[in-house]
Amino acid sequence: MLYREAGQFKTNYVADQAIFPIRQDRIGMAIVLLFAWVIIPAFGTDYFLEIIMINFLFFSLAAIGLNILTGYTGLISLGTGGFMAVGAVASYKLAVIFPDLNIILVFLLSGLIAAAVGIVFGLPSLRIKGFYLAVATLAAQFFLDWLFLRFDWFTNSSTAIEGVPKTLFGFLVTGPDASPFAKYYVALGFVTVFALIAKNLVRSAIGRAWMAIRDMDIAAEIIGIRPLPTKLLAFAISAFYSGVAGSLMLFLFYDSAEPDLFDINLSFKVLFMVIIGGLGSILGSFMGAAFIVMIPILLTLAPDLLGLPISSDLAKHLEFMIFGALIIFFLIVEPNGLARLWQITKEKLRLWPFPY
Amino acid sequence: MDGTAFEFFSIASGFLGGLFVDPFIAFVDRPDKLIQIVSQGLSAGIMYSLVALGFVVIFKASGVFNFAQGIMVVFAGLTVVSLIEIGVPAIFAILLAIVVMGAMAVAIERVVLRPLVNQPGIILFMATIGLAFFLEGFGQTIFGADPKPVPIDALGIPDDKFRVLGDFFRKPVRIYQLDLTALIAGGLMVAAIILFLNRTKIGRALRAVADDNQAALSVGIPLPFIWVVVWTLSGLVAIFAGVMWGAQSQAGFSLAVIALKALPVLILGGFTSVPGAILGGIIIGVTEKLAEFYWRGVLGDGVEQWIGYVIALIILLFRPQGLFGEKIIERV
Repeated sequence: MLYREAGQFKTNYVADQAIFPIRQDRIGMAIVLLFAWVIIPAFGTDYFLEIIMINFLFFSLAAIGLNILTGYTGLISLGTGGFMAVGAVASYKLAVIFPDLNIILVFLLSGLIAAAVGIVFGLPSLRIKGFYLAVATLAAQFFLDWLFLRFDWFTNSSTAIEGVPKTLFGFLVTGPDASPFAKYYVALGFVTVFALIAKNLVRSAIGRAWMAIRDMDIAAEIIGIRPLPTKLLAFAISAFYSGVAGSLMLFLFYDSAEPDLFDINLSFKVLFMVIIGGLGSILGSFMGAAFIVMIPILLTLAPDLLGLPISSDLAKHLEFMIFGALIIFFLIVEPNGLARLWQITKEKLRLWPFPY
Repeated sequence: MDGTAFEFFSIASGFLGGLFVDPFIAFVDRPDKLIQIVSQGLSAGIMYSLVALGFVVIFKASGVFNFAQGIMVVFAGLTVVSLIEIGVPAIFAILLAIVVMGAMAVAIERVVLRPLVNQPGIILFMATIGLAFFLEGFGQTIFGADPKPVPIDALGIPDDKFRVLGDFFRKPVRIYQLDLTALIAGGLMVAAIILFLNRTKIGRALRAVADDNQAALSVGIPLPFIWVVVWTLSGLVAIFAGVMWGAQSQAGFSLAVIALKALPVLILGGFTSVPGAILGGIIIGVTEKLAEFYWRGVLGDGVEQWIGYVIALIILLFRPQGLFGEKIIERV
C-alpha cells in the first residue's frame, strides 16, 4: 500500500536511470537526509553526536571503501587499518606542514596519498587471488604499522599524532576544543558527498567493470575489461575512502592517537561491517557500521541497565564472547547481510497488506 | 663533488652496504653467531609450522580458512597448563585436553559449520574470526587473562642446553634441548599425520573430501564426521603447539598473534600442503631471525613483524599458488 510502484511510469531515459527510480525511495531518502542534517543535530546530546554519530559516520565511510574493494570487485582486503593509518598520518603531517591549507583539502589530499599507497599494495592482486590475496594485504597492514611506529618523522618525534585545530567558514571544526556540533557537520558532509559518489560509481561503467571482475575475472578480461587498471582503480578508490575515514577518525573523533590504534583489529572491524551489512551494497555499509558501532556501546551499558553486578574484567570478556557469538549468529541467519534483510522487507512491503 | 652530493653518496653507500655487504661480512667473520641465529630461526620456524599445520589440515579437508587456529593453540595450551596446576598428572592433563579439543570440534561443527554449509569461503572465514573472538572471551573467563608458565618438569620436557662445535669457533654454539624436543616431537607428529592421511581409511576419506566434497558425499563419506575429525586433528596439533610455544615463553593470550605469523607461512607453502607448511615455517623463521639480527642496522627494529610477508609476497609473484600449493587451473 505504502510502497507500491504501480503507476509510476518512466517516460524518458533520465527517469529510467535515476539513482532512486521509485518515488517512495526518494521520499525515504529525503527523510533520512532531513533527519541526519536537521533533527539529529537539533535534538542530539553532545554524547550522542560525538560518541555514536561521528563514530558511526567515519566507520561507514571506511566500510563503503572496503565494500568497493571486497563487495564490488571481489578482492578481499585485510589492509584497511593500514590505509586508514596512512590517511590519519598524512592529514596530520599536511596540517602541520601547511598550516594555511583548508581542512577539506587536507582531508582530500590525505585520501589521495592513501590511494597512492593503496595502488602500490594492490599490485600483487593481478597475480594473487582469494585468500592468498587477503593474506598478502596483511603485508600492507603490518608494514605500514611498523613504518609509522619506527620512523618518528611521521609523528613529528612524539608518540601520538594529533588532530590539529582548524577552522572552516569561521567555525572551529577540529581539535579537542571544537564543538561536537561542528565536528558532526563536517563528518556528515563528507559522508553524504562520498556516499553519493560511491553510489554513482558502482552503477556506472566502472562499477559494472568491477562487478564483472568479481563474478569471473577471466570472462571479464575476454569481454574487454582490462584487469590491472580496473583492479588498481578499485584499490585506489577503496584506499582513498579508507584514508579519508582515517583522517576523519583522527581529527573529529580521537583528537590524539597513537599509530598502533590503526592495527589489524581495526581492519577486521571494518571487514565485519561490510560482511554483516552486506557485500556489494552501499546501504549495507551504513547498516553494518551502525551495527558494529552500537554493539560494544550496548554491551557496556547492558550490565548497568539490567542491574547485574559484573566485574569490569568479566564484562570485557563477556563482551568478546557476545560479539563473536553475534557475528556467527548473523552469518548463519543471513549470510548476505542486513542489506538483504532490508531488500526482503521491501519485497514484502510491495505486496502488503494483500499478498495475493 | 660538492658537500651535499658527497653526503648523499655516503648515506646511500652506507645504506646499500648495510643491506648487501656488511651482513655477509658478518656471516663469514663470526660463523658461530650465524649458526646460533639460524638455530634460533629454526626453532621459531618449527613453531610457525605447527600453527600453519593446523590451518592446512582444516583448509585441505573443508576449505575453511580457520582464523581461530591461533586462539585454539592458546586455548589448548592453557587447558593443559591449568589442569596440571590443579594437580592432574601431566599425561592425564594431555589426554583430557585432547577430549576438550574433540568436544570443541563437535561443538564447532554443530553450531558454526553445519548451518553455514555451502556458503562462500569469505563467510566461513568471517565466522572463524567470530569464533576467535568468542574463544578469546571464553578462554579469558575460564583461565583468567594472565599468562601462565608451563610446568616443564611435570611434562618431562628437558630444559638444558648443549654447547657444540666449541673446537671450531671462538664460542660454542648453544643448542637448547627444548628446541630439539620441539623439533623431534614435531617431526614425529608430522610423520604421524602424513601416515594417517595416506594409510588409514579415514585419511583416505579426508583426502577424498579435500579433492571434491560432492563426489565424496555421493560415495557415502559422511561430511560432518570428517569435519569433526579434521577439527580434532588440528586441535591435537594445537595442543602440541600450545605446550611447546608456552614452554619457550609463557602460555597466554598474547600468543594468539602467532596465528598472524603463521599466515605468511601458509601463503608461502601453499594452503593445502603439509610439507609446504613445514618448509615455509622454517624459511620464514630463519629469515626473520637473520633479518632482525643482521639487517637491523639499516632497516631498524621490528623488521621481523613484516619481513615474512615480504618474502612470501616475492615468492607469490613467481608462484601464485605458493611453493607446494596445487596449481591453479582457471577455466571459463
